[in-house]
Amino acid sequence: MMINIHETHHCHCIVINNIKDVFDWTFALIKLNLEVFPVTVLTDAMAATKAAKEQKYDRQLRLWGDHGQEALENAHVCLINATATGTEILKNLVLPGIGAFTIVDGHTVSGEDVGHNFFLSHNSIGKNRAQAATELLQELNTDVSGNFVEESPDILLDNNPEFFHRFTIVIGVQLPESTSLRLGSVLWSASVPFLLCKTYGLIGYMRLVVQEHTVIESHPDNALEDLRLDQPFAEFEKHIHSYDLESMDKKDHSHTPWIVIIAKYLEKWLSEQDSQLPKNYKEKEAFRQIIREGILKNENGVLEDEENFEEAIKNVNTALNPTKIPSVIKDLFNDNQCNNITSQTTPFWVMLRAVKEFVHNEGCGSLPLRGTIPDMIADSQKFINLQNVYREKALQDAASVGGYVESLLQSVGKVPESISEKDIRLFCKNASFLRVVRCRSLAAEYGVDSVNRDEISSCMDNPDSEMVFYLMLRAVDRFYQQHSRYPGVYNYQVEEDISKLKLCVTSMLQEYNLNVNIKDDYVHEFCRYGAAEPHTVSAFMGGSGAQEAIKIISHQFVPFNNTFIYNAMSQTSATLQL
Amino acid sequence: MADAEEPEKKRRRIEDLTDNYSRHLFKWENLRNGMAVDGGACDWDGRWNHVRKFLERPGPFTHPDFEPSAESLHFLLETCKILVIGAGGLGCELLKDLALSGFRLIHVVDMDTIDLSNLNRQFLFRPKDVGRPKADVAADFINSRIPGCKVVPHFKKIQDFDESFYRQFHIIVCGLDSIIARRWMNGMLISLLSYEDGILDPSSIIPLIDGGTEGFKGNARVILPGMTACIDCTLELYPPQVNFPMCTIASMPRLPEHCIEYPRIFQWPKEKPFGETSLDGDNPEHIQWVFDRALERAAQFNITGVTYRLTQGVVKRIIPAVASTNAVIAAACASEVFKIATSAYIPLNNYLVFNDVDGLYTYSFEAERKENCSACSQVPQDLQFPPSAKLQEVLEYLTENASLQMKSPAITTTLEGKNKTLYLQSVKSIEERTRPNLCKTLKELGLSDGQELAVADVTTPQTVLFKLNFTG
Repeated sequence: MMINIHETHHCHCIVINNIKDVFDWTFALIKLNLEVFPVTVLTDAMAATKAAKEQKYDRQLRLWGDHGQEALENAHVCLINATATGTEILKNLVLPGIGAFTIVDGHTVSGEDVGHNFFLSHNSIGKNRAQAATELLQELNTDVSGNFVEESPDILLDNNPEFFHRFTIVIGVQLPESTSLRLGSVLWSASVPFLLCKTYGLIGYMRLVVQEHTVIESHPDNALEDLRLDQPFAEFEKHIHSYDLESMDKKDHSHTPWIVIIAKYLEKWLSEQDSQLPKNYKEKEAFRQIIREGILKNENGVLEDEENFEEAIKNVNTALNPTKIPSVIKDLFNDNQCNNITSQTTPFWVMLRAVKEFVHNEGCGSLPLRGTIPDMIADSQKFINLQNVYREKALQDAASVGGYVESLLQSVGKVPESISEKDIRLFCKNASFLRVVRCRSLAAEYGVDSVNRDEISSCMDNPDSEMVFYLMLRAVDRFYQQHSRYPGVYNYQVEEDISKLKLCVTSMLQEYNLNVNIKDDYVHEFCRYGAAEPHTVSAFMGGSGAQEAIKIISHQFVPFNNTFIYNAMSQTSATLQL
Repeated sequence: MADAEEPEKKRRRIEDLTDNYSRHLFKWENLRNGMAVDGGACDWDGRWNHVRKFLERPGPFTHPDFEPSAESLHFLLETCKILVIGAGGLGCELLKDLALSGFRLIHVVDMDTIDLSNLNRQFLFRPKDVGRPKADVAADFINSRIPGCKVVPHFKKIQDFDESFYRQFHIIVCGLDSIIARRWMNGMLISLLSYEDGILDPSSIIPLIDGGTEGFKGNARVILPGMTACIDCTLELYPPQVNFPMCTIASMPRLPEHCIEYPRIFQWPKEKPFGETSLDGDNPEHIQWVFDRALERAAQFNITGVTYRLTQGVVKRIIPAVASTNAVIAAACASEVFKIATSAYIPLNNYLVFNDVDGLYTYSFEAERKENCSACSQVPQDLQFPPSAKLQEVLEYLTENASLQMKSPAITTTLEGKNKTLYLQSVKSIEERTRPNLCKTLKELGLSDGQELAVADVTTPQTVLFKLNFTG
């Protein structure tokens, strides 16, 4: 558990307060700035058994597994600003059980805050917002350690920027541009993932800033099977030859897996067709006809009902897809990280390089076999035997990859045990689904020379593209910089702020040399928002922001890259590359 | 899908629809509620600032019929009555979202009690609440956290209420995990519609906002019953549940799931390990028993991968769920409730799909009404069968047809002026008495061309009338 870290730097003291410690009298005495408040559920944490925890998290363990959960439980998330959007994000991380969170917020709770934020209560008005929100968020889940720092991020950046290095991810909400950029640069050089989030009226904005994020388990929705029917391996061929469809009795014939049926008829086809696979529709249809002719007939010449043959015919199309390495993976093979293995290289890239070596040698141009087959009509014995052929080959391939991993590790002076056999098997099983996400830095996005002018201009060919909201948010930031307030916060300001905000739009477009047109309606609409953070938009961003943080923490599923805009008016969204 | 050629026309259509509806809503309420109650004692300075900006300021993108006014907030706070169906993953979020958007008169219906496995997302519940009714605990929590909010809980089934209950609400939001319950609710709101000379009376429409989630996927939709696509219009979007073939489970298991289904389906009723009780997925001893038998069966066939977690998943047909997806979908639904109640913006037309497995993906489109929808079209439903078809075939059609998907249809008709039940499943004695009819042909049953068949099913509160058309 994290307790009371006092850090001194230039005589400045950062106090990280842990909510649970408040009950420990010794600590309570030290922390004179804390009031004692009632939290009633603390002792439950001790009583919670492992089984109860498994039951509590059951519905999510089925999505990211015990190892995903372990990653969450080891994570320490920093939230800057406990606004409605901020606490909604944190709520959706506290519920699934992150290890710890720390809220950084120097604001005092206002009546307006309580009006739209579920994790602030009426009697917290006037208190520090980090503390008030921590109390109510901590109460959601006793497995989580809640901490808070009553300080603005700017002061922490002034006095002790290293403060932010300790976190698994930093989430900054409703930050002014200057703070985003400063924090962005500190986190970028420390390689700490940074998620920026903002709710502005009916528009939601999210920006992920991470130098490199690697994903082994991307959990693709509709993955093709890896069956190698076009290039059967020796053990598979041997297995196929153990079948003789002609001499089988009816029961065995109709319970032969479709993979075997296709492989059998494919052998025949290849010997007759100059070793060319059926490619186009016509050839595939001819091939299907050959399979159809293999269906048994009864004594009257009527076709028997053989569902396994029907399955084979249905699967011809996808089963004959040539085995190839996805272009995403080929690109990764050519990546510098893959080709320059050093003692600093992460296990992901070491394993990727090992897979590349495998492809060039034992794999003869193919990735290690995935080793799974889909369910199909077959009797138990035939199915299990076939499954084992694939499974054993996959283990064999993973062992070969393991050999390369070992020599790569040795070559940079590391012990072979630093990457486990289990990890290598998981990596090989997911070899076609690996993903690497690299975001641009905020500095690059904001630089006049490095701005992604093409993306902005091409999106703005449609003046109502979600890009217009990004540009408007940038203009609002500019307004804040110039006036130290947001446009249209009070009713009387709306009219006059429209022209002021328009000036910001124009000067921003000029500065970035962007030849795009922004309709006046959008300027008006953003003044109307007056920095309002309607709860439902905050809650939408809270859900999606939390899920992106979980992706970063668990290294499962694929995060967006790099800017997400949500428009609650039309319930549409877009992901922009900026 | 939303076609590109005429977006403007469609936009206008949905404007007209909602325009009609919300204008009516306001008039009605103004009549009923002359008294202005400003906020109430529990409000504090600045409480509704965020909401008021959307109600009191004009804007370029508002609904054409929108009139900025302080009255709107008053309407939300004091008059507008919302029903939330379900106090689970979506329901908890919906209650919070609505309460913080200014809605105070909220009813919530849920027949479930709290389970430990709810706590990873149903954030109004704590370990001490396990076993208590979801609706009660959720209402208490919201009412104590959000001063002035008056959530009324109903620890009941939706079927326990009649028309008069549902008619009191301005808008109904569903956060359900059951398609049957959704269809029933949909059917109930359609039954409330009144037509005069074939023209729908807009004042009889209660909008239905429906959300659904599964893992990292979800959808939100806006239904104006009788005007836009209803749940049954788009039934094809819900794939029917796939069950493993019995012969696979009985004699040739291949997957660990098959090994788990075997003790569940065959061994439990025969061995009665806990007496006459039926298998309870929430009873760990029951699951353990199934798990042990499944392991034995798996060993016998050399099948690997049977785990306790998988056993529980198969027995209870568990759908994975996380806090984040529920938060997203409920938020989208609550935004739509706000739009409709205030006519501040044109509501979603009419279907939103969300998926955040790979990046963040949303897609909105207009689901189309089905001309001959069995729930909302008022078009008589035809059944085309030859006179030689057996009643069994008709029954199979009703359950298997993708746009009907009934569960246990009861078929009645009028023969020689008398009501006759042809088949009814839900009452054991009647089932036994009517079962022989299934093997009879339609002709043998005395049915004639053009005969009307009334079909009752759990998917709808009303019976559906079918006209039997004999084919050659």
